[in-house]
Amino acid sequence: MKNNSDYWKENLRLVVTLLAIWFAVSFLFGIILVDVLNNIRIGGVGLGFWFAQQGSIYVFLALIFVYTKKMNKLDRKYNVHED
Amino acid sequence: MDLTTLTYIFVGSTFALYIGIAFWARAATTGDFYVAGKGVHPVANGMATAADWMSAASFISMAGLIAFNGYGASVFLMGWTGGYVLLALLLAPYLRKFGKFTVPEFIGERYYSRTARIVAVICLILASITYVIGQMKGIGVAFSRFLETDYDTGLYIGMGIVFIYSVLGGMKGITYTQIAQYCVLIFAYTVPAVFISLNITGNPIPQLGILSTMSEGSTYMMDKLNLVVSELGFNEYTTQILGSKLNMFAYTLTLMIGTAGLPHVIIRFFTVPRVKDARSTAGWALVFIAILYTTAPAVGSMARLNMMNTIQTGPVGEVTANIEYKDRPQWFKNWEATGLLKFEDKNGDGRIQYYNDKNKDFAEKAKSFGWKGNEMVKVDRDIMVLANPEIAKLPNWVIALVVAGGLAAALSTAAGLLLAIASSISHDLLKGIFKPDISEPQELMAGRLAMVGAIAAAGYFGLHPPDFAAGTVAIAFGLAASSIFPALMMGIFNKNVNRTGAVAGMVTGIGITMLYVFQHKGIMFIPGTAYLGDMSPNWFLGISPNAFGCVGALANFMVAIFVSKVTQAPPEHIQHLVEDIRVPAGASSASEH
Repeated sequence: MKNNSDYWKENLRLVVTLLAIWFAVSFLFGIILVDVLNNIRIGGVGLGFWFAQQGSIYVFLALIFVYTKKMNKLDRKYNVHED
Repeated sequence: MDLTTLTYIFVGSTFALYIGIAFWARAATTGDFYVAGKGVHPVANGMATAADWMSAASFISMAGLIAFNGYGASVFLMGWTGGYVLLALLLAPYLRKFGKFTVPEFIGERYYSRTARIVAVICLILASITYVIGQMKGIGVAFSRFLETDYDTGLYIGMGIVFIYSVLGGMKGITYTQIAQYCVLIFAYTVPAVFISLNITGNPIPQLGILSTMSEGSTYMMDKLNLVVSELGFNEYTTQILGSKLNMFAYTLTLMIGTAGLPHVIIRFFTVPRVKDARSTAGWALVFIAILYTTAPAVGSMARLNMMNTIQTGPVGEVTANIEYKDRPQWFKNWEATGLLKFEDKNGDGRIQYYNDKNKDFAEKAKSFGWKGNEMVKVDRDIMVLANPEIAKLPNWVIALVVAGGLAAALSTAAGLLLAIASSISHDLLKGIFKPDISEPQELMAGRLAMVGAIAAAGYFGLHPPDFAAGTVAIAFGLAASSIFPALMMGIFNKNVNRTGAVAGMVTGIGITMLYVFQHKGIMFIPGTAYLGDMSPNWFLGISPNAFGCVGALANFMVAIFVSKVTQAPPEHIQHLVEDIRVPAGASSASEH
C-alpha cells in the first residue's frame, strides 16, 4: 500500500501543477490581468484578448497531452499500469 | 440551383447518412444501448465526444454571442474548453476504472446509498432537460429558416426529427453516427470561415485572419471593427465586458465545472477500453472541439463587421449611407419571415438606422441626424452563424452546408442527452431501485418512453426559451456544476465524505442554483413567474443567473465536507473502493452488476 500512496501523491503533485497553469492562462491572463496584458499588442489585438479567445485553448490542449504522457510513465514507474 | 433545392439536398443526404448508420449499428442489447462496445479507439471516441459535446449552442449560437459581446463572450470560449482539462485530470480515468454505465450508479455506490443515487438522477434529469431546451431553440431556428416558416413551426418539425432519430438508435448507433456528424459540422463551420477570412483579410486561416490587416489598406481587422461599432455608439468590440469581471470569472468557472459534470459527456469515458485511453480520449475530444472553438472568434467578429457594413454603407450621419429598406438584401427578407429579425421605420425615411440608442451621448448625436431610435428592433443572436454566409454573399452551396451542419450539431447533442436521460430513468431508477427484476426488452422500452417524455417537455419549454440557445445551455451547465461535479470529485479525492454529506451537498448546491435561476428567469422558465425580474441590480454581487452554478458548487463542497465531519465516517469497504479506483491496474470493462 506504501507504493500506491506514493503513486497517488506524485499524481496529485502533477495535477496541482497543471491546474495552476490552467488557472493562469484562463482566469489570470484572460480575465483578471486582461487590461495589463492588452498593453502588449499582437496583430491588432491585445495579448489579454488573445489569451481569452485563442491562447488559453491551445494551452488547455497541451496540458491534457502532457498529463496523459506523464501519467503513463508514472503508471509504469509504480507498476500499476494495465495489461 | 436555387438555395432551397440545395438545402433540401444537403440536409436530406446528410440525414440519410446518419439514419443509415444508425440502422446498420442498431442497438440490440442494453449494454449496446447505453455504451458502445469496448472497441472504440480514443481518436474515434474523441471525435464522437466532440460531436456529442458541440451542440446548437456551440455551432449556431456561440459565434452570434461573440459577434455582439466581443471580448465578453470569451467566457464561452474558455469555459467550454477548459472544462476538458478538469475532466481529464480529475474525473475521466477514475470513472473508467470504476467501470459502470451511468453517473448515478457511481454516486450510488461510492456513497453506499440509494438516496444519493436518486438525488443524482434528479439533478441529472434537470440539467439534461434544460440542455435539450437549448438544443430545441437552435433546431427551431435552423428549421424555420430552412423551411421558411415561423419559429414555432420550425420547432415542432425539429421535435419530430429528434424523436425519430434518437429513439431508434442507442449509444452504439450514436457513436458511429456522431463521427459522421462531426465531419459534417466541422466542414460546414470552417468552409465559410475560410472564405470570409480570405475576403476580409486575405488570410485563409481564420485563426490568423483576426490578427491580420484588412485586404485593402493597412488597418488591422480588429481595429477596423472597433472603429465601426464605436462610431454607432456600441461598446468597443475587444474590450466590452459581460456584466463585470467577477461575473465573467464566475461564468467561465461555471461552464468549466459544468462540462466536467454533464452526464452525456462523462458517459463517453465509460466506453473506452483502458484507463489510459480515458485520459487521451479527453485530449482528442478537445483537439476536435478546439478546431471549432478557435475558429468561432473569427466567425463572430467578421460576421459583425459584414453586417454593420451592409446596413451602414458609408460615413455615419450621411443620409445616403444608410441602406434603403426596399433595397435590403435577400438574407434580410428571409430572416424577417422567421420573426427572428425585425425592422421598424421609426423616423419614416425608408432607410435602416442601426445604432445603440441606449448610449446617451450617441443618441443625442443621432437625433441631429434625424434618427429616432434604433430601427433594427430585433436581431436574434442565434441567427448570426446561419445568416453569416448569406451576408458575406458566399455561393448557395456554402449556405446549404451551414444549415446541414447546424442541424448535425443540434441533433447529435440532443440524441446524446436524451440517451443520458433514458438510461438514468430506466437503468438507475427502474432497474437499479424500483424494479430490479425488469427484463431487458422492458428496460429498453422504458428508456425509449423516457426519451419521448423528455422531447415533449423540452419542446414545450423551447417555445419560450429562457435565453438564447447558448445562454439556456449555460444554465444547464450551472445545474450540473452545482450538483454532479462536486459529488464526483469528492468521491474520488476525499475518502471522508460520507453519504449524508454527499446528499446534503448535492441538494444544497442544486437548490441554491435553481432558486437563483428561477427567481430571475421564471419558475421552470415560464414567462411572468420571475418574481425578482432578470435585472442586474437584483443580482447577487452582479453575478448573472447563467453564471451562478459555481456559487452553488462552492456551497455543495462546503456543506458536504462539514456534514461528513459531524456524522459517521464511510465504512471500510468504501475507503478501499476509493483506494482501488485511484490506481489504473486491474480495470475490468464496463460491466453490469
